[in-house]
Amino acid sequence: MNCKKVILELTSYLDGVLDSNMRADLEQHLARCTDCRVVVDTTRKTIQIFCNSEPVPLPEDVRQRLHTALLDRFRRNAKTI
Amino acid sequence: MVLCQNSPAGRLCPPIGAPRLLSATDPKPLASTIVRDDEAKLVSAAKAGDAAAFEELVNRYERKIFRLGMNITQNREDAEDVMQEAFLKSYTNLDRFQGDSRFYTWLVRIAVNEALMKLRKRRPNQVSLDEPLNDGEDPVFREIEDWGPSPEQKFAQTELNDILNSVIGELDPIFRVAFLLRDVEGISTEETAQILGISEAAVKSRLLRARLKLRQKLNKYFRRSEPQ
Repeated sequence: MNCKKVILELTSYLDGVLDSNMRADLEQHLARCTDCRVVVDTTRKTIQIFCNSEPVPLPEDVRQRLHTALLDRFRRNAKTI
Repeated sequence: MVLCQNSPAGRLCPPIGAPRLLSATDPKPLASTIVRDDEAKLVSAAKAGDAAAFEELVNRYERKIFRLGMNITQNREDAEDVMQEAFLKSYTNLDRFQGDSRFYTWLVRIAVNEALMKLRKRRPNQVSLDEPLNDGEDPVFREIEDWGPSPEQKFAQTELNDILNSVIGELDPIFRVAFLLRDVEGISTEETAQILGISEAAVKSRLLRARLKLRQKLNKYFRRSEPQ
């Protein structure tokens, strides 16, 4: 496997959906290619950092306006039944 | 999973699916008794006129939809509009929902469309949902530098949030959305393909480019040498 092929298979590899033979080939390449190892490692960290980032909070005033709008829609809907 | 906030324990509820009208003195609907994981039953009850069942779906997903709206539009007012429109449209069109996907997948599809419309309105000449032409950049092998074990710890939480918002906001919307659905919201490749109306191969292709571009953009902050 060469560097270009590693990049093409990177998403499947990081998602754990690469078949076992391909994964073994890729990992053999990683063992001897520092550049690809760094790209794989930093791409994995990119995903982890976003996954672990603080969730955007839902402000209470925004939530209240949503539920008021829904309540209005429920009432209008009930009148038409 | 988002915890339901409108589920006071011990409150008696009408039978599932029975239409419940809301009173002016008690405008907050009663919580549905349906278990959390049974989304299909909640949807059926809501279709039969059970407003509380729909409200429970809202309670379950409102934070996720708001976060998605914020991450796509990068704007709080737009995110609020996206969330409201997504829930109101899903309620109005509930009869059209055939149940061939999860309700959440359908809801996300509506929210993504609303968010992308917001982007197009804001920057009609800049936001295209077509596949961008190759910009000539190779995001892979331009900057290859190790980041160390926990690069995010170099920054305070607020500063880190600003960095992440900034770099994701620089991505083309089609790559941004693919990344947000798959890697932030944890939606499967198959469902992401359904939501975006593209093939799974196209999702994987967009995701690869998104991940590599984000890695490249984060490199200047996280590499072992001092950030620029």
